[in-house]
Amino acid sequence: MKKIDNNKAWWFVAPVVLLVAFNAVIPLMTVVNFSVQETFGDNVFFWAGVQWFEDVLRSERFHAALFRQVMFTGLVLLIEIPLGLLIALAMPRKGPWVSVCLVMMALPLLIPWNVVGAMWNIFALPDIGLLGRMINGLGIDYNYTRQPIGAWFTVVLMDVWHWTSLVVLLCYAGLVSIPDAYYQAAKVDGARPWAVFRYIQLPKLKYVLTIAILLRFMDSFMIYTEVVGLTGGGPGNSTTFLSIDLVKIALGQFDLGPAGAMSIIYFLIILLMSWLFYTLMMRGEDR
Amino acid sequence: MRARSLIPIVYILFLLLPIYWLLNMSFKTTNEILGGFTLWPQTFTLENYAKIFTDPTWYMGYVNSLQYVVINTVLSVSVALPAAYAFSRYRFLGDKHLFFWLLTNRMAPPAVFALPFLQLYSAVGLFDTPWAVALAHTLFNIPLAVWILEGFMSGVPKELDETAYIDGYSFPRFFVRIFIPTIAAGIGVACFFCFMFSWVELLLAKTLTSVAAKPIAATMTRTASTSGYELGLLAAAGALTIVPGAFVIYFVRNYIAKGFALGRV
Amino acid sequence: MAGITLDKVRHSYGPKPTNDEDWALKEVSLDFADGGAYALLGPSGCGKTTLLNLVSGLLRPTEGTILFDGLDVTDATPEARNIAQVFQFPVIYDTMTVYDNLAFPLRNRGVTGPDIDRRVREIASMLELDGMLTKRASGLTADGKQKISLGRGLVRSDVNVIMFDEPLTVIDPHLKWVLRSKLKELHSRIRRTMIYVTHDQTEALTFADRVVVMQDGEVVQIGTPVELFEKPQHTFVGHFIGSPGMNVLPCSVEDGVAIFAGHRVETINAAGYRGGAGHVELGVRPEFVTLADEGIPVEVIKVSDAGRYRIVETAGAGEIIKLLLPEEDAVPEGTAHVRFDPAHSQIYENGWMVNGAAS
Repeated sequence: MKKIDNNKAWWFVAPVVLLVAFNAVIPLMTVVNFSVQETFGDNVFFWAGVQWFEDVLRSERFHAALFRQVMFTGLVLLIEIPLGLLIALAMPRKGPWVSVCLVMMALPLLIPWNVVGAMWNIFALPDIGLLGRMINGLGIDYNYTRQPIGAWFTVVLMDVWHWTSLVVLLCYAGLVSIPDAYYQAAKVDGARPWAVFRYIQLPKLKYVLTIAILLRFMDSFMIYTEVVGLTGGGPGNSTTFLSIDLVKIALGQFDLGPAGAMSIIYFLIILLMSWLFYTLMMRGEDR
Repeated sequence: MRARSLIPIVYILFLLLPIYWLLNMSFKTTNEILGGFTLWPQTFTLENYAKIFTDPTWYMGYVNSLQYVVINTVLSVSVALPAAYAFSRYRFLGDKHLFFWLLTNRMAPPAVFALPFLQLYSAVGLFDTPWAVALAHTLFNIPLAVWILEGFMSGVPKELDETAYIDGYSFPRFFVRIFIPTIAAGIGVACFFCFMFSWVELLLAKTLTSVAAKPIAATMTRTASTSGYELGLLAAAGALTIVPGAFVIYFVRNYIAKGFALGRV
Repeated sequence: MAGITLDKVRHSYGPKPTNDEDWALKEVSLDFADGGAYALLGPSGCGKTTLLNLVSGLLRPTEGTILFDGLDVTDATPEARNIAQVFQFPVIYDTMTVYDNLAFPLRNRGVTGPDIDRRVREIASMLELDGMLTKRASGLTADGKQKISLGRGLVRSDVNVIMFDEPLTVIDPHLKWVLRSKLKELHSRIRRTMIYVTHDQTEALTFADRVVVMQDGEVVQIGTPVELFEKPQHTFVGHFIGSPGMNVLPCSVEDGVAIFAGHRVETINAAGYRGGAGHVELGVRPEFVTLADEGIPVEVIKVSDAGRYRIVETAGAGEIIKLLLPEEDAVPEGTAHVRFDPAHSQIYENGWMVNGAAS
């Protein structure tokens, strides 16, 4: 659509800018402020320069949390994106079951995140939880409160449970928007199912898949509440991801300088990754 | 064909299992829960629910949560409407940068903002009110609402606006009487998402409240840590938090797929 | 290449058709001769696309059989029938180049490299796509994309039939003409059976050797453009083809002569009419109505200029009668008389031409 040049449009966006600026700029300035100062309490601050940034970037604790975070996000993306795509492809396209399927699938997305954590906490308990019982019943020793591997398995499974539906719904929306003529043309051209997927469905899903990967990347990179509810970051520090670590430092220990520096590094990583990914995916497109 | 339809069925069963377990727990007595493993309640009880509906510290949690969620939804969507209109119809100084900046706020980890928000809202005297949480949640809900609405609005031909002006409508009258009804579905979807993200978020909601405006989620967390193992009560409270979500999904069921593609498919 | 026969084919989209309304396509038997250019013409929802999809194999008929060169293909897939189809909206594979798009149907059928290259280049030059073979197909204009769709149909040397489902819908008006003559030229070059679905009579009449006119899921007439014009077998054909359409006037028949508004009207087929319970109408095209000194008295109510001639709308005996008047002739004012050409006036019973099949 051809847009009209009109700088008065700023009046339309002014309320949004004011509200978001109030919520984003002031706190961000506060964080920056913390990150370059040293305090010994009583609101007395000293200039610390880039000291905290150096400390954070060198700290093994940060490296470990970042490593766990990257592992977690990578695993979750590797499972949820193909699985979501597969389920969307297998869904019926029309009929009364579509609405039922969609509503059921959207359900986990609307459960408060701490309830998701608490629910899985109960569900996976080895003595009274259904999942814990089933796994132990298979002869596998499983107790997520004691074993780091068990905890990782549970956290990843919980995230798959919680968020795969988002990928399904996005892909499904993309799939139903492909006109029938494409499938008919493919039949006439003698294309095999794999070719239909590779040359029709996948290209048409590129945009929704980009959104799905971006959203899943961002949200899994920021994950906090669900994991705290399930494992509390443990056992030990084995499921302490970046957000959990950050909250421990900022609200638990009130180490404002390192917390500020870590916040900024954390935020920048997400921004940079999202921007890189989006530019890569949309290269050569004029959307 | 048969094997194919099995995939969604198995997936939905997998989704329902933990929810079933939660419901199962919520109808059990504490003794039964701690006494051993049972697939369904042996002594069915509504006591846990009764406790929630009679104890103000519990049911006020729901009221508080709904309060800030509703304020947030109304606020986010009403300021996002004109902004989305501007982005979809006009080119203006810095529009692309502004749009991108708005979206970056969706990428801000709540953990980063928790402490600064606490200080900010304490300073302006809103701490422990629904307004603090509602305003804080606009950080990620306004960009989302603008994005969704912009997608829906771009699908409406500009000729609609032009015809209305030719017919003698003033801008405000056109916007309220013609344009808003035209994108009603988009507004519904935007409301749904604002409701959803405000309802499920806890970190900020918990940080910005203490007693008076405490959300239900925080009440649950406290119960879990202080009163030991009242699992049945906790399960009942959790089960009740699913209800508002299920309720709003029902209203947008026909737009769910399009909605999750943020109006851009 | 193949001749195509539809034998008592019926189709319904619902599972259990009970009454007439349930049939998207009522019983049809027809032959498409090998190498012919056909058009399926009719308004939206008349069943022409259904018929097309039955031939291509995208749909399986509820009843009846479809034969290609005498071979029953009713249950064969589109791929097995070896047909090509061009759709209303251009279908291209976005991520591929123009070259790969054209090569796709060949690669799917296991054709080898050198053969693919030769065919693709041949077709590309036929369609004037040679300059853009290495370009991404998604970057082309609508008519370029539609050429690719067409090219994918032509690239296989052995297709039985090429079908077009309103292929010019999204093409700019000035390019429609270009593509249409391209199609006509291609047909005379490769002599492949082609079936062209459209609701536009100009497209149908200029493209096809024979036109199948459809209405409400029924074939009402099959004929050359001239036959459709001069001897419409159904009042619908008279209406639908020609601009303006045929005049259809209520009449009665006495002693083998049609009577309209008290006037005897000579027709080609009233003599054989034995009378019946049906509703009888008189059909005459505006081209065959002339002004005369005596005849049926009419009132001139409207004149519109159509360039080389004028369309005169008159009212007589409560009916509208249209006629074409050459540019140089004077338009009468007020009352006038009209005469119908006996060689081009015919009577219809319940919409169908009396003795139609016999004449």
